Amino acid sequence: MLSILGVIFDGLAYGSLLFVISVGLSITLGLMGFNNLAHGVFAMAGGYLLVTLMSKAGIGFLPALPIVFCAVALGSLVLERTLYRPLYKSTPLIQVLLSVGIIFVTTAGANFIFGSGQQPVQVPEWLTGQYSVLGLDLSRYRLFLMLVVAGITLGLIFGLERTRFGAKIRASVDNQRMAESMGIRVERVFQLTFALGSGLAGLGGALGVDVLGLDPNFAIKYLVYFLLVVVVGGPGSVLGTLLAALLLGVADVAGKYYVPEMGAFIIYAAMIILLLLFPHGLLGRRNAK
Amino acid sequence: MSENAALASRHLVYLRRLESWKPAEIVFWLLLVAVYFAFPTSLVFASQILITGIFAMSLDIILGYAGIVTLGHAAFFGIGAYTAGLLAAHGWHDPFLGLLAAGVAAGIAGYLSSFLLSRGSDLTRLMITLGIGLLLFEIANSAASITGGVDGLQGVEIGKLFGVFSFGLYGRTAYLYVLGVAFLLFAFTRSMMLSPYGLALRSMRENKTRALAIGIPITAVLTDIYTIAAVIAGIAGALLTQTTQFVGIDVLSFQRSADLMVMLIIGGTATMYGGFIGAAAFLLVQNALSDVNPQYWQFFLGILLIIMTLYLRGGILGGLGKLSGLVGSRRNKERP
Amino acid sequence: MNPILQTRDLWKAFGGLIVTKNVNLSLARGGRHALIGPNGAGKTTLINQLTGVLRPSSGSVWLDGEDITRTAPNDRVYRGLSRTFQINTLFPRLTPLEAVASAMCVRERKKLNVFKRRVLKVSRRSGLIDEAYALLELLNLGKDCLVETHTLAYGKQRLLEMALALAAKPKVLLLDEPAAGVPEGESDELFEVLNHLPKEISILLIEHDMNLVFNFADRITVLVNGEELVTGTPAEIAEDPRVREVYLGKGH
Repeated sequence: MLSILGVIFDGLAYGSLLFVISVGLSITLGLMGFNNLAHGVFAMAGGYLLVTLMSKAGIGFLPALPIVFCAVALGSLVLERTLYRPLYKSTPLIQVLLSVGIIFVTTAGANFIFGSGQQPVQVPEWLTGQYSVLGLDLSRYRLFLMLVVAGITLGLIFGLERTRFGAKIRASVDNQRMAESMGIRVERVFQLTFALGSGLAGLGGALGVDVLGLDPNFAIKYLVYFLLVVVVGGPGSVLGTLLAALLLGVADVAGKYYVPEMGAFIIYAAMIILLLLFPHGLLGRRNAK
Repeated sequence: MSENAALASRHLVYLRRLESWKPAEIVFWLLLVAVYFAFPTSLVFASQILITGIFAMSLDIILGYAGIVTLGHAAFFGIGAYTAGLLAAHGWHDPFLGLLAAGVAAGIAGYLSSFLLSRGSDLTRLMITLGIGLLLFEIANSAASITGGVDGLQGVEIGKLFGVFSFGLYGRTAYLYVLGVAFLLFAFTRSMMLSPYGLALRSMRENKTRALAIGIPITAVLTDIYTIAAVIAGIAGALLTQTTQFVGIDVLSFQRSADLMVMLIIGGTATMYGGFIGAAAFLLVQNALSDVNPQYWQFFLGILLIIMTLYLRGGILGGLGKLSGLVGSRRNKERP
Repeated sequence: MNPILQTRDLWKAFGGLIVTKNVNLSLARGGRHALIGPNGAGKTTLINQLTGVLRPSSGSVWLDGEDITRTAPNDRVYRGLSRTFQINTLFPRLTPLEAVASAMCVRERKKLNVFKRRVLKVSRRSGLIDEAYALLELLNLGKDCLVETHTLAYGKQRLLEMALALAAKPKVLLLDEPAAGVPEGESDELFEVLNHLPKEISILLIEHDMNLVFNFADRITVLVNGEELVTGTPAEIAEDPRVREVYLGKGH
């Protein structure tokens, strides 16, 4: 019984990381329909930036996090302007190829700069160790993670539902042409959303160094997971992405714990089944362009 | 009226000319035969290129002609490879039997998975193909007792070709074997693409709604073409097993699917030769650069992809086709 | 009265939104029937239900005495129902000759065995190619039959749109706003083409161009909010005060 709870706990922590990283991809995909397979690159950049800030600039873990968020967000805007924007109207294949190219370049670059090994990260003292709750040993770091993600989620939902900008995002995701004709500058909305999403990915990558690991192959290794979460949850839906991320996080951890011989088998099978049942994602809607 | 009849038959003649074997094509195949004599020590590598070319051609069928984007095509290659390998490792050594079995196995897999593709958006389809590929990889990994897992399948012995020619160390028999199979598969695919069936495929690629509206049974055709592409990919996989006498788990890897797509794009889609050209270009450059530093290769590939998607469309053959009407690129043909 | 195309009590709803309300449309053999109505009346939705792209919520569609409500879209084409699209829906990189040939090959497919369909080159079907060319000639596209569709001018594309539908040798032709986007001056060529369509083909036409409608149709149905307002001869429709209200009242 206890081990099940422990597995669920770990799965939720893992899932929340997947969520933070993938939510940006979900919104931009739902918004512009741009197939960006390179989204993991932002998470990877966030991770490497955190490690560099902490080891080379001596900045602490917590203060480094917002710096990572802003830096990755700004950096992503540069990428958007130069590489992504010319291809918005292009075919999915071309977009996929571009993002694959970006992945290759950054992976090779990371390898060159940081070497091919895992990056260690020094989590602050007060986040190490475990809390003992009802006989379960819950990792403090994972608890911290989930709290942070919960906060981000609430912030996102509040932002989407209550602010004007959020309303603009929702309108643009729902029906781009309609939104344009109502005076919403969809391209502007997209740029800001893109930056926000990439920043979140960077933050997620930084938070996840300890849990997901960090090496030059990060973007490729986790590519499937991010895409999976977005597609299963339904592009354009924050709650869908959250649901899918948590579900898949628990499924993956449970699978690896109870049937380790099957490895990632469970998660792929789960994805295929879910996609067959919900071809447009759990909570996705048809994007009317 | 007779003037119109004359005009009509002129177009027939023109079409026939488009469909006939061009001089450049004949030169291409003769060159491949010449390689046997010109590069006797590199025949193993040459076989690899040819096999990858066949594999790329099978992807071209669904990607370039039917318009389905897939990231899991290596699944069929791998199934073919393992089928041929297991057959040989368990006592059935005849190479043609291996090819047949591989084709059938991959074909069945293709047929079954095609049903998963009919629903959802392009992205859903992409993810499902990706998922299937990764799933198979994991299965092969776990079933290590049968497949050899990460270490690969050993003990693959290939019998004599036609009972006479044995597969030696230098790969001479292997090369001619692969070349023969490649040509047969190519000729088959070529005639299929020039038939009404191929025309229907291209119609589907160009505009699915319209294709449906003129009466093409889209789902049935997609299932069909996916199966055919799977069979060809499976045969390519079997060829690899038979010529290397080994099956590594990377035959099922995502890397292989991704690389394949890159090769096809480099070479140019829907020209029938793009797969071969792209495979050759990719593997030759990779061979050269990998000696220097594998990091450079990946970096270079990434830059190439970025530049190509932003500036160059149509790949090598598309670019050549624009410069001169040498190769049968249908994109730029105008009225004579 | 044995109509060639008929809907019986056709209803279509998307959730709470009813887009087709109890439509009983009848297209007479050899008839030229126009479907008019304000924007959003549900005309294209109706066509989509006739072709099978949309499944009606209830009611049935009959073609030449057979219930085709459950028939797949591509099978309906085979049975003789063809359509054109309001917005050019063509094959950008195919030439007109290829496009029309493609449509004709599909039409012939049940007569060919697998070998002929999959192995023999298209150009071997010389009879078919000649037929394709003749059709294009008829629509003034003969000169342009070998260039890629996306290079053609808009008006020519509109004609190709028609050619593709005619290639199937349909019994019934559904034309969705054939004059859409065609400037005033050029609609004459289009009208000529429409007028010369064989009498054996029955035509259902959606149009906003009243000139075209009143000159071409022998019967008109007015559709408002998914429901039939009135059906009659052009003269009757022109005099009907309700029709005037629908159009003038909406500022047309």
